[in-house]
Amino acid sequence: MMNIKYRTVLLIVTLMILVGLRLQAQRPPAKIDSITANDINRSIAPFFIPATTLKMSPDADGFIRRWLLLEPVNKSIRSNLVFTDSYLKKEFETDYFPNQFTVVPKDGEIVKVGGQQLLWHALESPDFNVKLFRFAYGLKKQTYAVLFWAVTVVNSPREMKNVRLAVGSNGGSAWWLNGNQAVVLDGDRRMVMDDCVSPRLTLNKGKNIIRGAVINGPGLSDFCVRLLDEKGAPVKDLTISLK
Amino acid sequence: MKLKILSTTTLFLLWLIENAVAQIGKPFIHDPSTIAVSNGKYFTFGTFGGGLISEDGWTWQGGAVRPGRGAAPDVLKIGDRYLVVYGATGGGLAGGHNGKILTMWNKSLDPESPDFKYSEAVVVASSDGIEDNDAIDPGLLLDPTDGRLWLSYGTYFGYIRLVELDPKTGKRIKGNKALNIAIDCEASDLIYRDGWYYLLGTHGTCCDGANSTYNIVVGRSRKVTGPYLDNIGRPMLKGGGKMVVMAGDRMIGPGHFGRFVVGDGVEKMSCHYEADLDQGGYSVLGIRPLLWKNGWPVAGDNFKEGVYEIESERRGYALELGVDFTRMPGGMRFNRNNDEPVKPVPSQELADVIKTWPTGDIKVRISDYMFRPHQKWAISPVPNAGGYLGGPYYKIVIAGTERALAATAAAELITVPAFTGAPEQLWRIDQLTDGTYRIMPKIVPGSKEQLALVSAGDSTPALGRFDKNSDNSKWNFRVH
Repeated sequence: MMNIKYRTVLLIVTLMILVGLRLQAQRPPAKIDSITANDINRSIAPFFIPATTLKMSPDADGFIRRWLLLEPVNKSIRSNLVFTDSYLKKEFETDYFPNQFTVVPKDGEIVKVGGQQLLWHALESPDFNVKLFRFAYGLKKQTYAVLFWAVTVVNSPREMKNVRLAVGSNGGSAWWLNGNQAVVLDGDRRMVMDDCVSPRLTLNKGKNIIRGAVINGPGLSDFCVRLLDEKGAPVKDLTISLK
Repeated sequence: MKLKILSTTTLFLLWLIENAVAQIGKPFIHDPSTIAVSNGKYFTFGTFGGGLISEDGWTWQGGAVRPGRGAAPDVLKIGDRYLVVYGATGGGLAGGHNGKILTMWNKSLDPESPDFKYSEAVVVASSDGIEDNDAIDPGLLLDPTDGRLWLSYGTYFGYIRLVELDPKTGKRIKGNKALNIAIDCEASDLIYRDGWYYLLGTHGTCCDGANSTYNIVVGRSRKVTGPYLDNIGRPMLKGGGKMVVMAGDRMIGPGHFGRFVVGDGVEKMSCHYEADLDQGGYSVLGIRPLLWKNGWPVAGDNFKEGVYEIESERRGYALELGVDFTRMPGGMRFNRNNDEPVKPVPSQELADVIKTWPTGDIKVRISDYMFRPHQKWAISPVPNAGGYLGGPYYKIVIAGTERALAATAAAELITVPAFTGAPEQLWRIDQLTDGTYRIMPKIVPGSKEQLALVSAGDSTPALGRFDKNSDNSKWNFRVH
């Protein structure tokens, strides 16, 4: 006969299993399912192509598709509801690698984060958004409970005042323009274009560095970024490079 | 005064009944299918099989039967049969994303019917576990313009997809290729209205009780295949969506939209709430009025008990008791000495006038609203009187009294000295698609016709046939 404590534990475990059954998009599976475990064709294609040095502008809607992406930093996150402002501040102010708020890395450059050796990848997305889950999955990295860093360089033909950095991300993220934090997306978010926008900013003539950090627990991670002018229209007369 | 001592349980039950704006009974469900009527009863199915049945649309109990377990079914009546669709995930819901969508037929949804027998389920869509889609959460649309049958499905794992089914077989149209129509939502549902196709999806976090941020958003398109844009022109393929309903009234996390057209000008939407704080924080069935504002669907509010002016949409006059008007201190009040102190004037109260009222039946009329006691109606749900889809029956009494509004056999209105619970004293209140209200007695004595409160003249109420195109049939409830 089960004692009360055992039955209580059993009840809790059963309830946890029942709740977990519906959390497919919210919680990491206890182990990788056999289909993805046996997916020998894993690749970041067709979700990414290697970045080139060809002249590239934002797309027709102003989205920036050329980025340097760091392989995911492994985290331990059970639920996406933890992404409060204070949580994100602490996570994003943590020192992960040298010069993380100033560096414009090179493709293939390696950084050490804790026990992980992580590579920077210079990539372009065929779509308006950058599918970080596919980036991690294709590289056979951890896909849930991860932190990504992204950097790009926006070249402006002139000084532009009153522009806004418009971001959507899944999940929480923070974004910096030329070293200054521009916008933070807190909470358990889905990626929605123009979800959060920065206060009015000035784009320098010439080089401007946009840097982002996206953190997510269970579920797909991605982001989309564009610049909006003072009328809310996308800024497109820019070029995007990675140095 | 006679005081009745009620047990704590009874008081709690009464409190629940009078405050509940979700359904009563045992309306516990997750991912409910669009409500369907079969054999004179209402049905909705949920995740893991089974579902709820209601005789009247207000009190729900378990007992519906759906084989296949799986998740988040939908139901659509086509001809004299019901097509039931559900998702079964091959990898298990806690694991991979290789899902299957299956359809099956039944001539009845009622397990007590001799016609109740499901056909063998057939797979109509799937996901391989790797692609940017998870075949789960199906929603059906029979296009009223051409009779074509569409199925949307998917969850946060990639795209919401659209495929075409054969409305005769419920199987996939041969050679049909899936279209991507949205991202970052789940529990999609398609509806059609006035030349627009609407794609509804659930955003936010599921399955965390009172912490769930589930909410329902919508985009629309002139074509069923999209693109579906929100109210600022943002594609749902880029995450766009206009809010239809989110948390409120102590109910949190609405998801899994379904539309039910009650009749001309009366539509309801079904959903589940992840947590109803008045019902243990459990996931419950929700039914709310569905309004249309500037071509967009938005959830209306279930009627709340209170004291109201009942205002005619026709003239803006108010329903009132046909009693003598009792003057307040009046006369010319604009030729004053400005040095005199200004003091508030008390409102006219029931005690000031009730002794002048007849004690028997009193007629009802419509007149200028002066916030006088004979114009203030207390409206509250009647315990154990049953209800209709999405609401309980109400009593409508003059505030502070038991004098109740009632229908007469002559299809006119009267007030009786005391509410007895007779069916002609029970009122159904439905918010209309334009936000105004229809008010109907449960019965008109001696008649089988369903009539509504109407303005026969600016100052004369009556019971008549409801006409959604006439302001004579519409009323507003105002709080002053």
